[in-house]
Amino acid sequence: MMENPYVPFPMRIEEIITETEDDIIKTFELSFVRKEEEEQFVYTPGQFAEISVFGQGEAPFGMASTPTQPGRLAFSVSKIGVVTGALHRMEKGDVVGVRGPLGNGYPLEAFKGRNLVLVGGGFGFSTLRCLTNFILHDSNRKDYGALTVVYGARAPGLLLYKKDLEDWRKRGDLQVHLTVDKDEKGWQGHVGLVPDVTRSVAPDPRNAYAVVCGPPAMIRFTLPVLKELGFGDEKIFLSLEMRMKCGIGKCGRCNVGSKYVCTDGPVFSRAELAGLTAEEHV
Amino acid sequence: MIPGGYGLPPSSKILKKDRLPSFLERLLEERIVFAPVRRGEVILIREIHAPSEVVLEYENAKESPKSIFFPEREPLFRYRTEKGKVEVDIPPGRERSRVVFGIRPCDARGLLLLDKVLGGEYRDPYYFDKRAETLVVSLACDHPNPSCFCLSMGGGPCSPEGSDLLLLDLSDGYLAEAVSERGAALLEDPAFEKSDEESLAVAKKIKRESEVSMKPVAMKENLEEHLERVFDDPVWKDLTETCLGCGICTYLCPTCYCFDLCDEAAGSSGERIRVWDSCQFPLFTQQASGLNPRPTAKERFRQRIMHKFSYLPKSQAMLGCVGCGRCVTECPVNLDIREVVKSLSGGNGG
Repeated sequence: MMENPYVPFPMRIEEIITETEDDIIKTFELSFVRKEEEEQFVYTPGQFAEISVFGQGEAPFGMASTPTQPGRLAFSVSKIGVVTGALHRMEKGDVVGVRGPLGNGYPLEAFKGRNLVLVGGGFGFSTLRCLTNFILHDSNRKDYGALTVVYGARAPGLLLYKKDLEDWRKRGDLQVHLTVDKDEKGWQGHVGLVPDVTRSVAPDPRNAYAVVCGPPAMIRFTLPVLKELGFGDEKIFLSLEMRMKCGIGKCGRCNVGSKYVCTDGPVFSRAELAGLTAEEHV
Repeated sequence: MIPGGYGLPPSSKILKKDRLPSFLERLLEERIVFAPVRRGEVILIREIHAPSEVVLEYENAKESPKSIFFPEREPLFRYRTEKGKVEVDIPPGRERSRVVFGIRPCDARGLLLLDKVLGGEYRDPYYFDKRAETLVVSLACDHPNPSCFCLSMGGGPCSPEGSDLLLLDLSDGYLAEAVSERGAALLEDPAFEKSDEESLAVAKKIKRESEVSMKPVAMKENLEEHLERVFDDPVWKDLTETCLGCGICTYLCPTCYCFDLCDEAAGSSGERIRVWDSCQFPLFTQQASGLNPRPTAKERFRQRIMHKFSYLPKSQAMLGCVGCGRCVTECPVNLDIREVVKSLSGGNGG
C-alpha cells in the first residue's frame, strides 16, 4: 500500500457529532483531500487507521463508517489522552493526518450465509456500527443470515449513533437490543448488563457467529455466556485493544503472545487467542 | 551471496597489517567510515576521519552499532500546518555511501534480525536506505569474552552472517573472506594480496579454538514452546525480584528495536520523530485509560525474554538474541540472561 508507511495523508474534518451527553465521545467525519488516497483507501469493517494531530502525535481508531459509503471516513473518539484531547479541540475544516487502512478486519467471508450476533458496549461499538451498516447495505444484505445486535451503555445518553439506532429500529431485517445499566424516564429498551441480554436474545449457535467488542469487563462476562449458549471458540470473534504506535507491526508494544494486535489483529477468534500466551487482556 | 560460504572461503585474500591504513584511506575517499575508536575507557563504533583513529585490538564496543542503521532519534518527516492545510516533507536520502568497519560478528548478525522485523509487508524505508548504502566489514573474535555466548544463539565468533566481508586476525595480517558480492568487490583493492594454503589452515585453527573456548548456555530444546508453558510459572517473580527496570539491556542490545513515535512541535511546524523505546518501561504499554497489561517488572521482563526466545523464533524463525553479552556485563543488578534462560529451561513446564 503506502510507499512510506509512516507518512500520513491529509483528510479534512467535514462534520463533528457530539455523541454522548457527557461530551466525552465525538464522531469525526473526514473527507479525503486528495483523489489518490480516496481511491487507495479500500477497507473492511473492523480495520483501523492511525490519526495524526500534527504537533500532538498519532493514535489508532477503528473505522466507524462503512466501506459501502465511499468518500468519507468516520472515527469516534473518546476524549481520554493527549491526541484524543487535541482532536476534540479541532473544528470543521481542520486537517488531520491519516494512515491506513490497517489491521485485518472482520472475517466477512466466514460470516457469509450465517446468522450473526454482534455484542458491543460503550465506545467499542464503533466498528460494530461499521459492520452492521455494511451488512445492511442493499448490495450485501442477502449474503448474510439473521442479524442480532446487542448494544449497551451505562445510561441512555451514552449510547452512540442515535440516528443509526433509530434507522435500524425501523427496519425489519435485524433485531436491535439496547440496554442500559440504570433505568431512566422514557427509556424503552432493556435494563441490565450486556451479557444477560445476550443470553436471552442470541440466536441458535448452529450456523451462527458472535462478534464481541467493548470494554474488558463486558467482554470478560460475555464470553462465558456465549460458551454456555454453545458458541465454540472458533465461532466467537473479538476486536482487541492495546497501546499502539506504529500500527504496522514494528514498534513492538501491542503484541499478545507472538501476535501483533495491529497486523495480525485487531480481530481474533477466541480460539486463536486461547493458543497465545499473554497477559490478561480480556 | 557467493556460493561456498562459511568454512570454505570461496574468495579470500590477505590484508597485511601495514597495508591496512592505505586501505582505510581509500575507503575514506569514497565513503563515510564507521569503525571502533577509543573514547575514554571504552570502545565505541564512530565515524572516523583518519585510519589512525581505528582500534582493532578490542573485545567489543560498549554499544552495539545498530544506531548506524536505526538511530536512537530519527526524524521521519517535517510538517507545516496552516488553517485547513498541512504540508509534509520527507527528508532526502544520504548521498555518500558508508562502511561499518571492524564490528564483531554478533553485531553483524543482529542486523539480520532487524532486516526481518523492519522488512515484510510494511518495509521500513529509513532503515533499508541505510542498509543498502552501508557495507559491513566485521572482525572475527579470536578471543571471545567470558560474557559472550554467540555460539549458543546460532551464530559464532567467526560467523560471516550479516557481513559483506569478514576479517580474521592472523597476527601479521587479516584473512579477508568475501561473504557477499559487495564484499568481494572490496577485495579488488590493491591492499589485498592472494591468500595461501598456510594462512587458510591457520585461520581454520583459530576459528576452531575460538569456538571451543566458549561456554555453552544450557538451553532446553524447543525453548520457544517450553517458555509458553512456563509463562505463568512463579519463577518469573523470583527472577525479576532485583530488576530495576532501567532498560540498559534493551538500549545496548543489537537486536532490540522497539520504538516510540512522537511529535516535536514548534508553533505551526515540527517533526515526527522515531526514538528508541524499551519494553522495560511502565509507560511502554500503558493505555490512555490507565490500563496496563504489563503493570510490574515481572510482566515487562517476561515480555523481553518471551519476545527474544519464543515470539521471534515463532514469527521470524530467528532468536532475538545474538549472544553479544552486553546486557550481561552492563546490568546494574547482574541479571544474567544466560542464567535466566537456564533457570527457565529447568522448569517442569507444568
